[in-house]
Amino acid sequence: MSLPMALLPKSRKARRRLLVVAVAAPILALAVGLTLYAMRDAVIFFYGPSQAETEHVPPGRLVRIGGLVAPGTVIRSADGMVRFSITDNVHAVPALYRGQLPDLFREGQGVVAQGVFDDAGVFQAHEVLAKHDEKYMPKEVVDALKKSGQWRETAAPAQAPAKSAS
Amino acid sequence: MIAELGAFALMLALALSAAQAALSAAGRLRHSPALQGAGEGAALGAFIAVLLAFLALMDAFVRSDFSVANVAQNSTTTEALFYKVTGVWGSHEGSVLLWCLVLTGFGGLIVLFGDNLPRGLKALTVMTQGVLAVLFIGYTVFASSPFARLADPPAEGNPLNPILQDPTFAIHPPFLYCGYVGFSVVFSLGVAALIEGKVDAAWARWVRPWALTAWSFLTVGITLGSFWSYYTQGWGGWWFWDPVENASFMPWLAGAALLHSAIVTEKRGILVGWTVFLALIAFTLSMLGTFLVRSGVLTSVHAFAVDPTRGTILLIIVALCSGAAFSLFAWRAGKLTGGGLFAPISREGALVLNNLFLSTACATVLLGTLFPLIRQALTPNDPVSVGPPFYALTFMPLMAITLLLVPFGPMLAWKRGDLLAAAQRLWVAAALAVAGALIVLALARPAQVLSYVGLALGFWLIFGALAELVERTRLFRAPAAESLRRLGGLPRGAWGATLAHLGVGVFVLGACFESTWKLDNSQALTVGQSMTVGAYTLRLDSVTAQDGAGFSADRAAISAFRDGRPVCTLAPERRTYPLAAGQTISKKSICIRGASDLYVGLDDALPGTGDAQAWVVRAYWYPWARFIFIGPILMAFGGLISLSDRRLRFSLPQSAKARVGALKAKATP
Repeated sequence: MSLPMALLPKSRKARRRLLVVAVAAPILALAVGLTLYAMRDAVIFFYGPSQAETEHVPPGRLVRIGGLVAPGTVIRSADGMVRFSITDNVHAVPALYRGQLPDLFREGQGVVAQGVFDDAGVFQAHEVLAKHDEKYMPKEVVDALKKSGQWRETAAPAQAPAKSAS
Repeated sequence: MIAELGAFALMLALALSAAQAALSAAGRLRHSPALQGAGEGAALGAFIAVLLAFLALMDAFVRSDFSVANVAQNSTTTEALFYKVTGVWGSHEGSVLLWCLVLTGFGGLIVLFGDNLPRGLKALTVMTQGVLAVLFIGYTVFASSPFARLADPPAEGNPLNPILQDPTFAIHPPFLYCGYVGFSVVFSLGVAALIEGKVDAAWARWVRPWALTAWSFLTVGITLGSFWSYYTQGWGGWWFWDPVENASFMPWLAGAALLHSAIVTEKRGILVGWTVFLALIAFTLSMLGTFLVRSGVLTSVHAFAVDPTRGTILLIIVALCSGAAFSLFAWRAGKLTGGGLFAPISREGALVLNNLFLSTACATVLLGTLFPLIRQALTPNDPVSVGPPFYALTFMPLMAITLLLVPFGPMLAWKRGDLLAAAQRLWVAAALAVAGALIVLALARPAQVLSYVGLALGFWLIFGALAELVERTRLFRAPAAESLRRLGGLPRGAWGATLAHLGVGVFVLGACFESTWKLDNSQALTVGQSMTVGAYTLRLDSVTAQDGAGFSADRAAISAFRDGRPVCTLAPERRTYPLAAGQTISKKSICIRGASDLYVGLDDALPGTGDAQAWVVRAYWYPWARFIFIGPILMAFGGLISLSDRRLRFSLPQSAKARVGALKAKATP
């Protein structure tokens, strides 16, 4: 018997088991490799407006910005472009979106926009997410407001709607 | 009064479910058919009781009984009857009640259609189903009662979220829940088999129809949701890798893996432990999905009726159920026989490979979905989300390899397959797939390399599925009459598999084509003005005010032209719901052009030139979008056809000998 064969397990059953492992291992390794790679490069970071201001998000990097739609800033133009500001009442990020806004997008309401900053510092939103439920505000937005000291339990919509609230 | 009856029926259902679990367990322990029969009776009773509770809630909604808190919060007197009825599952409480209804419903189905199960296995399955029912009905009764009264009923209710006032809402949640909860049956069968310590080919044959049923329902449910999201712009289109979407996709992937591994267990008596493991995983992922959706722990575009305060209790229930099941698995799985041998190049080898890829892909989706939560626990000040780019790098390549391998599976024989022969039978399909992609390359612009690869893959799946039919019927080799005879003689299971694989191909074609070559344009138009999208010209003919049930609307009339010829008129609407704090909803209008959609939405009014009022019109061209939804429907249809296979009839798994004996007994009076 040649040396490589001698290294294989003796029983047929064990050899087959080894084969299954030999097939499964590359698939799992591939999956783990892809996942680790994607975790590093494809995870989308979330910033509040103040954080975005201080941390200088590099232009072109896909991020999420969350806050309130600043009242009085929503401008719709004839080509379907919508300009608005996302604010935490300390800093405001100017944003630009071309497309159908969610039905619950409103001034003063919580909003999360996903997109990239351009070189001029304007946030080019690819997607705008607003809650389906008008009583509810995205958790990240609440945290961002708390961070900037602008969260008021009474003024802002409650994060968790009490059952008798409505 | 009726609401109190509903609340009472729900408590009765809780008691009956507890009796169902206890009596079935006692019946199994004492080998007593009487006790076991009583347990089964309790299971049917529990279903009837939950049904009564459900009808009581529906009655409160239809009569607009605002003394019931849930009704006052989710319906108004002015809503159409249709949305009063569907409002029953528009809230957290109501949707959990629907979950309980489906859960006890499946419990009842086991009792009615499980006559062919071995007595002990059936008792333990009914018992497990009873335990699940106790946990979920208990949660409904004590933490999420839909029948709570208001001391001071309001004169008018709070409307059902206007976004939910859509025809699809009537069928999307019920189908989805039948899928989610349908996996409870395979879960219970798995637990029962572990307790019995015996899993054999017959067990796999009992599992398959239930897994097929649940998976087909789930496929339709997800497709309906995807279609709803597609025609409601602003939800990220038909698929966004949103946590709520992933929550339904994970059990779907696990269910697909289970369908295939159960075939191997049934035909070859191997992969036994793995099949049981998948049966447990599928329902665990369903419960996890329910928790993610209902608790709102992850920011989603589809978060309806979430309630973070009660999420913890749901999480505890999920942990209890699957924790117990997997502990049992760890303890008993070693006892299961049937980890036997198989050749790597064979039908079972191909199915094992399919399972490896499907479950790995499912794991990447799970990781991507939970990663923001895990990271948040470690670094709370730095929230992240995981979106399409992550899945494009992980799930997509894994799935692409899986799909590349799909046509080989059915071409390989059981036990010992011949890869070369399979490849010889498939080269025509491969050539046609490449040709198909090249034709698109010649016609569609701009060029996108990855899209051609995707299209070739879609064509490969379709032609691969057809090649299997050609092979099975010996088309082109045998006389046409014989081919036709063979076609008629194909088992339904084979038809089902072919159709499902064909459906995957159709879906891939649609998904690739739509995402690569979609177009959009938006412009403010005054009446009489036109705009273009793709090859179409759209003219705004009029905008009129129209009132509906609970809303007032601006309805546009838009004519679409192609090459100067009118093709259709579209009527998008912009609705305002005064009772829902003046919320506005945009209702899109779709003009079907073959497999493609011309799709128009009416946006805000703008001051136009002079006195004229202008409206922002958003127009989209979605080529081959129809395939995205037809593909999964074909998959579900394939599942149903397989389900009707005589070999899978609920009553069949008796030995051939016994059947022959029965026939003989019949023949000789």
